[in-house]
Amino acid sequence: MLHATELLGAETYDSAGNFVGRVNELFLEPADQANRVARILLGRGKYLPLMARYDHLAFVAPGVIKLNVEEKALDYFAPNEGWLAVGKDLLDQQIIDTSGRKVVRVNDVDLADERTNGTVELRVTQVDVGLSGAARRLLQGVASPGLIRRLQQKLPTRVIRWEFVNLIEPDPLRRVKLRITNQQLEQMHPADLADIMEDLSPAERQAMIASLDEESAAEALAELDKRLTKEIVETLDRGKAADILEEMDPDQAADVLADLAPQTSQEVLEEMPGREAREVRALLQFDEDTAGGMMNTEFVFVGDTATRDEAVSWIGSRDVHLEVLDTIFLIGDDAKFSGSVPTARLLLAASDQRVAELKSEPLLSVPPSASEKEVVDLFDKYNLRSLAVVDDEGRPIGAIAVDDVVTRLKRSQ
Amino acid sequence: MANFTDRIQAWRDGGAVVWKRTRILRRRLFIFLAILGPGVITSNVDNDAGGISVYTQAGAQFGYALLWSLIPMTIALYVTEEMCARMGVITGKGLSDLIREEFGFRPTFFLILAGLLVDMGNTTAEFAGVAASMQIFHISKYIAVPIAALIVWVLVLRGTYRQVEKIFLIACTFYFAYLFSAFLAHPNWLEAAKSTVIPSFHMNAGYLLMLTALVGTTIAPWQFFYMQASFVEKRVGKRQYGQARADVIVGSVTCMIVVFFIIVCTAATLYVSGHRNITDAGEAALALVPLAGRWAGMLFAFGLLNASLFAASILPLSTAHVICEGMGFEAGIDHKFKDAPIFYSLYTVMIVVGAAVILIPRAPLYKILVLSQVANGVWLPIVLIFMLLLVNRKDLMGEYVNSPTFNVVAWLTTVAMIALTLILVYTAIFPNSAAALSALIKW
Repeated sequence: MLHATELLGAETYDSAGNFVGRVNELFLEPADQANRVARILLGRGKYLPLMARYDHLAFVAPGVIKLNVEEKALDYFAPNEGWLAVGKDLLDQQIIDTSGRKVVRVNDVDLADERTNGTVELRVTQVDVGLSGAARRLLQGVASPGLIRRLQQKLPTRVIRWEFVNLIEPDPLRRVKLRITNQQLEQMHPADLADIMEDLSPAERQAMIASLDEESAAEALAELDKRLTKEIVETLDRGKAADILEEMDPDQAADVLADLAPQTSQEVLEEMPGREAREVRALLQFDEDTAGGMMNTEFVFVGDTATRDEAVSWIGSRDVHLEVLDTIFLIGDDAKFSGSVPTARLLLAASDQRVAELKSEPLLSVPPSASEKEVVDLFDKYNLRSLAVVDDEGRPIGAIAVDDVVTRLKRSQ
Repeated sequence: MANFTDRIQAWRDGGAVVWKRTRILRRRLFIFLAILGPGVITSNVDNDAGGISVYTQAGAQFGYALLWSLIPMTIALYVTEEMCARMGVITGKGLSDLIREEFGFRPTFFLILAGLLVDMGNTTAEFAGVAASMQIFHISKYIAVPIAALIVWVLVLRGTYRQVEKIFLIACTFYFAYLFSAFLAHPNWLEAAKSTVIPSFHMNAGYLLMLTALVGTTIAPWQFFYMQASFVEKRVGKRQYGQARADVIVGSVTCMIVVFFIIVCTAATLYVSGHRNITDAGEAALALVPLAGRWAGMLFAFGLLNASLFAASILPLSTAHVICEGMGFEAGIDHKFKDAPIFYSLYTVMIVVGAAVILIPRAPLYKILVLSQVANGVWLPIVLIFMLLLVNRKDLMGEYVNSPTFNVVAWLTTVAMIALTLILVYTAIFPNSAAALSALIKW
């Protein structure tokens, strides 16, 4: 195994044994192969720098590189946006460790040297973010390479495999050229993603939100600190902001919009499709600190005369978020709220049992004007998972879930 | 009676009108107050134990004669701090983060190592300040220093950034103690005002050295790291840059107002009565009692205690931040101990060592103070140059790079600062050089 810092500055000789120059940079070409060192930049002082290709390497050791061609065969260096520079883009920079779900700083880059019929291929295997990499950086050129390696073995190592390294590149065009994908980030839990975003600089954060798919972006935004969410949405292009908010639960979208300047929030709403925009607008009319401001307009209701099986098959036919399935609300013939059934109870009931027999006692609901404190008190007293919000005529208009309550409590602490 | 209630009602209505009319003003003020913090805190921490000692000496030895230097110093403080505020706001990264990313591992490492040593010395000096301020209250340092260390440690370990910032802001208001102290000393305000606006320059070694010391203690390198980090941690964005700058201005001006009152206070008492060889602020507080009354002395000591405690909590905090940022460890008081072990360990070790040194019987406190000042002086030019290089980088700062005029002022300030601190370092290392310097001036 070699370290990038052992190769940067290495003396390079051509096939005739003549000194060519020193290694200034190692480039990967992710569009071609994800981890192979494709080009090596050779600095020659006052002369124009040259470039060696991956199949030009005959021998590679710490501090020395030998080529299998003559100096004449090498091209002059021409910069390329699609190349990833190990020294400039990786060393000392922050990256996202998608397996450890953290933002870390790169101390060194480790390379494997694979010998195949006369040439040596260098492949990036992992990045070093621990103490041993730091020690190497400090002592490189001062102590002998052997001594450094011995010392490194005694120090704790922290490395991240190359597959789990996600580069933070704010420029969207360069992201495409470098083939940076967000697959691993999008598979992460939104709360972890939000933590990572809080560690980034504003420009990097903005770039990340803009490049994630809308669903992941929406989930991560909902988990983020309120001030940050506001800042991000304000800076986003209105159409993109609308696309992301559309993916959120209406109550979360309303919370985000309520924090924005009225003008901005209006512009974003205009970009949203009619149905979602209407729901969010309706929610925006309620004061944030009341039941109306806490509720979600998406909830599942069934007629109270249905049997357990009818209810389940009806719910199955609807396209609903899993989060709102905690509790099923019952309505009578007059469309008025008549009870709530925890899904767990529905699960265990006999198939022909009436849902009305499964409902929780006592019958609890609040008007949208109820204060946050009243809502919290009810959740506490009756150990609720979910609470119905009803209008003046007793018709259900929304539901408050326990996770909304927890978020509020945490915030007011 | 009816008349009376009517009047109350009218007064209330009037109040309501004023309340309504000032809505926009209040909103602006609120936004400003929400941003207010990093600049004011950083500048005020500058008036720490070492600083107060120097200001005291300046007033005691030269009366009002050095007051004029406060205005150029305010400008220098603002110019340098504003660059850090701007870098923090625009890049969203700390100063050591930026140095690491742009200049590589080794420069960062040595910068950080130097920072650790310098700040260790400074922290020790702060605890020395705690010990000195408690003399007037007849409290032994063996009781005062450990308690102070514990308070400081718990404060940061238990708090969130916002809570800690609030406590720090309250600490800033306690600097008003010096204002009262100055009034109790009945100074000659007219002369003080005159000396502030009209520069007077004396070519004598003692005067020059005092001037150098004033500058050296007022602009300390660690404050740049701290300020930039707190703007980042507070997540002040580009839109609030105007408010951030106002925060820096308010900070530099209030800092200098405090210095003004300290110098005026000691000039009106110690200088006038001939107590001109005061060496530290604790001694000054004691000397004030017979001259300006017990209250003036106690307020003076209280100001010193507040400043020392304040700086003793911020210095280790800032240092731990700088080191962790640069080396890539988790940092920031919004993290839990488990998530940022190195950060909290560094913080703890600095406080424990700083306090412990003071408790060693017959510890060479004066030497520690001088050494920490020398180290500050050596460190400062390097940090300033790194800052200037970074703030002028278009790829980092975009349109927010220094304007040409600002650059001229900033480089001039930097060069002047470097020259002055080099003199300070030289004279601190060679105490006899003061005599040599005065010989040089005569020649």
